[in-house]
Amino acid sequence: MDQPIWITFIVAFVIMNVLLISMAYATWFERKVLAAFQDRRGPTRTGWHGLGQPLADAVKLLGKEDLIPAGADKIVFRFAPVIVFVTAILSAAVIPFGGTIELFGREINLYITDLNVGALFILAVGSAGVYGIILGAWSSANRYSLLGGLRSAAQVVSYEIVLGLSLVGIFILTGSLSLKSIMERQAETISLGPIDLPNWFILSQPLAFILFIVAAVAETNRVPFDLPEAETELVAGFHTEYSGFRFSLYFLGEYINMIVVSLFASTLFLGGPNGPGSDTYWGLGLVWLFLKALIFMFFYVWLRATIPRFRFDQLMGVAWKVLLPLTLANILVTGFIRLIANGEVF
Amino acid sequence: MGLIDDRFDKNVFTTSMDFLFNWGRRQSLWWLQFGLACCAIEMISASMSRWDLPERWGMLFRASPRQADLMIVAGTVTKKMAPIVRTLYDQMPEPKWVISMGSCANVGGPYDTYAVVQGVDQVVPVDIYVPGCPPTPEALYYGILQLQEKIIRYDTMARKHGVDAAEEQRRADRTEVMAELRA
Repeated sequence: MDQPIWITFIVAFVIMNVLLISMAYATWFERKVLAAFQDRRGPTRTGWHGLGQPLADAVKLLGKEDLIPAGADKIVFRFAPVIVFVTAILSAAVIPFGGTIELFGREINLYITDLNVGALFILAVGSAGVYGIILGAWSSANRYSLLGGLRSAAQVVSYEIVLGLSLVGIFILTGSLSLKSIMERQAETISLGPIDLPNWFILSQPLAFILFIVAAVAETNRVPFDLPEAETELVAGFHTEYSGFRFSLYFLGEYINMIVVSLFASTLFLGGPNGPGSDTYWGLGLVWLFLKALIFMFFYVWLRATIPRFRFDQLMGVAWKVLLPLTLANILVTGFIRLIANGEVF
Repeated sequence: MGLIDDRFDKNVFTTSMDFLFNWGRRQSLWWLQFGLACCAIEMISASMSRWDLPERWGMLFRASPRQADLMIVAGTVTKKMAPIVRTLYDQMPEPKWVISMGSCANVGGPYDTYAVVQGVDQVVPVDIYVPGCPPTPEALYYGILQLQEKIIRYDTMARKHGVDAAEEQRRADRTEVMAELRA
């Protein structure tokens, strides 16, 4: 649906602010869940159940001294965290939060834009965000940072391929790269004899789902693939020299990336806002999408509490020797089934 | 903050701003992850699930001194280690605080020898001394609560003047010594 541009701006403004707030509470969520995993309490003393904790962290980071190392490339050093932050927010632009709704007598789209290459856009912007990490690591003139940046470059080149190819099965089934039509396709029902199932792609593409999750964890630099910022080896990795609010831009970028990838995975594999009652009430669709994204966020923290970090050669080995052949096999089988369904073979 | 230097007396805006920032600093003290001797074991035990001291107060271990606010000197500071401790302190961005934990860091403890610094306050300015050999996690907890009491009264401008004056003094001393050496 076409709508005046100012409504799109308002929707974009709301989505951006919701993302920033949910990022703040994603840190709170992570600390609480991680504490529960380790039989601790987590933040309790800052506000009710520690709910003021993200606020205190933000205030403190704003008030910290902004250090730039003497040997640093000053322009790149200042600019690099902004790349990570902006690209993280930008990829939320194509995520559909629902269809078109009617509010205050106007028709409003619950998405910012419906690109016909939406999925490719998210992948492309995600890999552009890595430039922020590599540039920041290189410009801070610190050998630990540089090592972290090099690891990040190698890791992203490997896992970007797996991430993109694992989605090809979905594109074959849908015949479209637009996230909105992928979402609408999953709202359909498939009947297997007596039972009706939603046409979520986790049911028809389970292997692709697992591959996507593994590659997405690697893309967002989370445990067990957090080699760019491995504390035990590289002090703090690529952001060793960053202090104060520049560091928090990296932090923001990482958590917003997690949230966006969670939303992206829910849209691609779990039907997005599709769920019981979401056809009649659009608000219920938002709740379903939120709950699905929350599952992925919990999964991220669960991984962090359970699995130790990969060694670098293991990381590369997993990507090239295990995940890549599996994705190619998945594409082959899916394409073949699609051809049979079209009646072009046999 | 150079713009507002010496322009105003303390008024409700500057003091409540200070209070807001001090509240944030107090509630999210990220501490530098390093230990020197046996006190570090007690420090680690304080952060594990039995006491869970740091996480409940919003404190995190940061491996990089650039992201830390608090340095806990836990253990014996040898003369070889002292320059490294000072470097780590200098790498931390302002505002920063130091807790000296245990008798060794406070006064040298039992090691009155040629190799041990007799108190870490000869190397870095210390805010809170926690006594004990080693201090129990409860003692460290009390020390951190005392530090929080101190942080909420922190005066940014006074600290800045102090740091500036110290730097000026250092430069003056240096030029004097250099002049003497040249003569």
